[in-house]
Amino acid sequence: MYTQGLDQKAGKGEAQAAESAERLAAFQARVDAEEKIEPKDWMPEAYRRTLVRQISQHAHSEIIGMQPEGNWLTRAPSLKRKAILIAKVQDEAGHGHYLYSAAETLGTSREEMVDDLLTGKAKYSSIFNYPTLSWADIGAIGWLVDGAAIMNQVPLCRCSYGPYARAMVRICKEESFHQRQGFDIMLSLARGTPEQKAMAQDALDRWWWPSLMMFGPSDKDSKHSAQSMAWKIKRFSNDELRQKFVDVTVPQAEFLGLRVPDDDLEYDAASGHYRYGEIDWEEFIQVLKGNGPCNRQRLETRNRAHAEGAWVREAARAYATKQRGRRAA
Amino acid sequence: MQDENWPLWEVFIRSKAGLAHRHAGSIHAADAQMAIDHARDVYTRRSEGVSIWVVRSADLVASDPADSEAFFEPAADKIYRHPTFYEIPDGVENL
Repeated sequence: MYTQGLDQKAGKGEAQAAESAERLAAFQARVDAEEKIEPKDWMPEAYRRTLVRQISQHAHSEIIGMQPEGNWLTRAPSLKRKAILIAKVQDEAGHGHYLYSAAETLGTSREEMVDDLLTGKAKYSSIFNYPTLSWADIGAIGWLVDGAAIMNQVPLCRCSYGPYARAMVRICKEESFHQRQGFDIMLSLARGTPEQKAMAQDALDRWWWPSLMMFGPSDKDSKHSAQSMAWKIKRFSNDELRQKFVDVTVPQAEFLGLRVPDDDLEYDAASGHYRYGEIDWEEFIQVLKGNGPCNRQRLETRNRAHAEGAWVREAARAYATKQRGRRAA
Repeated sequence: MQDENWPLWEVFIRSKAGLAHRHAGSIHAADAQMAIDHARDVYTRRSEGVSIWVVRSADLVASDPADSEAFFEPAADKIYRHPTFYEIPDGVENL
């Protein structure tokens, strides 16, 4: 219902005229009063664009995120683990759909978004460009990657844009299952044979730093942050969330008896925070640019799945058309 | 081809008997049955529903938020429509 009439783009002059200082101030006042903005409400074009970019990137991340986990579906160590992993991967697809649906309320179409993903025009989270080399990686993803995602997403439940906030409420509930099942895998491995424990450590070694990068560039380099905070799309800065994540996760690693791969990590009793070492931002930039270990593979797989599913979409359309014809007759 | 992309449907879910259907989100599907099947998979993976309605998004008619102030204004000054408008003397019960 929300997409009607939003497709026509106003000419630039027209948009600027419509966005009078008065209107912008009224919009900001609504946001400041913690009112939710709903799809058909007036909003600044830049607010709309920011949300479309953020929500669709988020959706793409969920969809691409199915791949590193799907890699272990056929090799999960037990039927129980396999059933759980299938449920988790299905959730990721669900999350992608809630988010695409929220983005569509802003007047963009599903096809446009999917197309941007398939052509490589759109970005998705850097984390999913790393490979899942062992079963322990499935544990590390649930524990660390979904843990970082929760840290990011819980404040988004209070985002000023209603449909995004509502989608995030559902997602956060489900992510909590993801994180716990990941920790459960890590716990089994950490309490297992020395080889299993080494496997868990290896997974932590490889996923720790990429997980910290999930929070995005440090505040001094984050170009979208200030405006997103003013619009209450974002509630905390990248560095604040990263710090929270480190603070809650390090004690969990200690419980597992695993070592966080950071020589500079130390607890600062005065502030109550863990101080952590310098993140390799060059790696982050390279992965975002498409040069991570799996970028090409991820996109190829998605493109192949889309192409191979074309006949299904076509058949469903043909069937629907035929049924409509029969009812009309 | 006009129907190249599956149309959009709005999804309403009754979470349990006794409660009204509530908007849950939207879904793309080629026809109504597929919309219901997809809505089940996307919105009720954890027993969130006992009944699903779907309706073509294009068929929904909504009030215009730009007019909402004027549109809903007539109710604003009729406070006598609320029971709290009336003062009940002490000693009167069951009213």
